[in-house]
Amino acid sequence: MAKLVQLAARNLMRYRRRTLLTSLLIIMGVAAVLLFVAISGSFKQMMIGQITDSMLGHMQVHRRGYVASIESLPLNLNMPPSLVGRIKQALDHEPAIAATAPRVKFGAMFSNFTETTSLRVNGIEPAAEAAVLPLLAGRQLDGARGGPLLKRGEILVPVLVSRGLKVKAGDTVVLVATNKDGSVNGKTFVIRAALESATGPGGRDGYIHIEDARELLRMSQPEVSEIAMRLKDPAQVDRVSANLEAALSDMKNKEGRSAVELHSWERLSPFANIARMIDVLTLAIKIMLVSIVLVSVMNVMVMAVYERIREIGAIAAIGTPPRRILALFLSEGLMLGIVGTVVGVVLSLGIIYALNVWKITFSFGQQQGLLLAPSITLQDVITTAIMVVAVAILASLQPAWKASRMDPIAALRHV
Amino acid sequence: MSLIRATNLTKTYRVGDVDVPAVRGVDFTIEPASFVAFVGPSGSGKSTVLNMIGCLDHPTSGAVSVLDTDVAALDRSASAAFRGKNIGFIFQDFNLIPVFTAYENIEYPLIMVQNWPPAKRRDQVRALLQAVGMTDQADKRPDQLSGGQKQRVAVARALVAHSKLVLADEPTANLDHDTAYRIIELMRKMRDELGTTFVFSTHDPKIMREAEVTFTLEDGRLINHGEAAHG
Ligand SMILES: Nc1ncnc2c1ncn2[C@@H]1O[C@H](COP(=O)(O)OP(=O)(O)OP(=O)(O)O)[C@@H](O)[C@H]1O
Ligand SMILES: [Mg+2]
Repeated sequence: MAKLVQLAARNLMRYRRRTLLTSLLIIMGVAAVLLFVAISGSFKQMMIGQITDSMLGHMQVHRRGYVASIESLPLNLNMPPSLVGRIKQALDHEPAIAATAPRVKFGAMFSNFTETTSLRVNGIEPAAEAAVLPLLAGRQLDGARGGPLLKRGEILVPVLVSRGLKVKAGDTVVLVATNKDGSVNGKTFVIRAALESATGPGGRDGYIHIEDARELLRMSQPEVSEIAMRLKDPAQVDRVSANLEAALSDMKNKEGRSAVELHSWERLSPFANIARMIDVLTLAIKIMLVSIVLVSVMNVMVMAVYERIREIGAIAAIGTPPRRILALFLSEGLMLGIVGTVVGVVLSLGIIYALNVWKITFSFGQQQGLLLAPSITLQDVITTAIMVVAVAILASLQPAWKASRMDPIAALRHV
Repeated sequence: MSLIRATNLTKTYRVGDVDVPAVRGVDFTIEPASFVAFVGPSGSGKSTVLNMIGCLDHPTSGAVSVLDTDVAALDRSASAAFRGKNIGFIFQDFNLIPVFTAYENIEYPLIMVQNWPPAKRRDQVRALLQAVGMTDQADKRPDQLSGGQKQRVAVARALVAHSKLVLADEPTANLDHDTAYRIIELMRKMRDELGTTFVFSTHDPKIMREAEVTFTLEDGRLINHGEAAHG
């Protein structure tokens, strides 16, 4: 066995340049895949993190039909306290949920007493919201940091609005809203801070206290527009979704359909499509790697067999078992695959490390200075390595088989 | 007890629609420890006969047995195993493994064909290097050796696994006269020392004179029947 490996290695070194070029191709392919996985993965993770941790949460519950007409923030599709209570009960029974936050959402006119603009407003429970959106506090550009997200009478204003209306932290502003009965009401707020924009739905929303929202809207009972949730493990979204779906299914409306709807962040954010695109691209580049390895290794092995036909004839004549000849050529392909993979993995780990040391930043939409922190899981490395090595063996199989089946006399006579 | 026995051995190649008779019903026996040459003009069937003895080629009809084994009946891997165990080969163009040293080439059958333990292997390879006078060149690769030296290594490789029979198709055709002669001398010396049967083919009259038994082929037929060359 050791001799077989030695023979394979020396045969590979016999055509140094060819072996080098093929290994290089595999190395670059492996490195390209791993780097792409690392960078796109970290980009995806970061963007998803931004979306779930500063706007949407991982999942949301609404009254049926609310999400379909969410653009108009319909007040008549809020959930009454009785329904909210039953939903809360169901959510409390799900151990995978880390935190929940009720919100009252509505459209309002925002005025600095001279100019007016429209604003989407979220009425929130500050502590609950902070627990569901750990990155929200960090989006405050100026004003009072630390402490609760906001107190009653305070408002967080998206930076686009605060710049447009030239207001800053500490200024008094007015919100005017129409409630579901059509009556108009106004209320003054003090700007607590401007909020940095985020890409995605809710990235340009303002925030006030939920009680202020109910007061402004003159609600007769404490209604809720949506309940956002944070999971302990974001990867469990589908599983938790299924659990909750079952738990909430007994809440029927008059038509006998489920009264509430459950949405994961993926269904609420257009970024989910970008994330899926990235996954498709990753798959495509992996397929390219497989083709590169397949073609280059097969090419080398076909050449190797062709060039050594007489040698194969000689070793077959002196009694080398066919399966050993097969193993000999398979190990040459295997070795190419292993060397290419090992060097490619080391190279890409080095580049990933360097990228983390140099702290590359990038901008996406309104967000700037996002830190690119590429990382790769051991699982990604192992699956890529196994894939390349398996394909290298596969690519050598046909030439190796051909070599092992050669007729010694014909092979010896080959010129 | 004969080592090799051929009866009505026949080989006909089919090229397109034409039958090309290469060997036409030959009978011969070869005794253990003999030093045998098949001679005859080009195309007379020498290689074909040797290939059938070496179970590299199947007879069209007739039979050939080596060590009481009907080698024509062996399938692919059985014949490989039989060759590996009993028959050594020496080729006209040496056919050493180019990436292996002389030492490793001689060692090859003990590792890749048979399964000798390392210590036993080392002793045997050294003994054969010594016997063929190549101890000093043990670490050279084939491309660093002369033709004669390569063929010495090939002789050692053919004998290393205690083969009972060595088949050599034109072992000296690529060598100059003196070297060719010395290789034949070496083969005979090894026969004397080890009792291995050597069967070779040649069309060099001087070389064929070195054989103790000569079979002359012409157009696929034996025209003598194993006459002792030296009477
Ligand atoms: N594979 C083959 N296909 C067709 N004809 C063949 C084949 N091998 C040998 N022959 C024919 O069989 C006959 C005997 O060939 P063989 O090689 O045995 O002769 P030889 O005595 O070894 O000749 P040389 O001295 O040139 O090596 C020749 O006519 C040759 O053309
Ligand atoms: Mg011949």
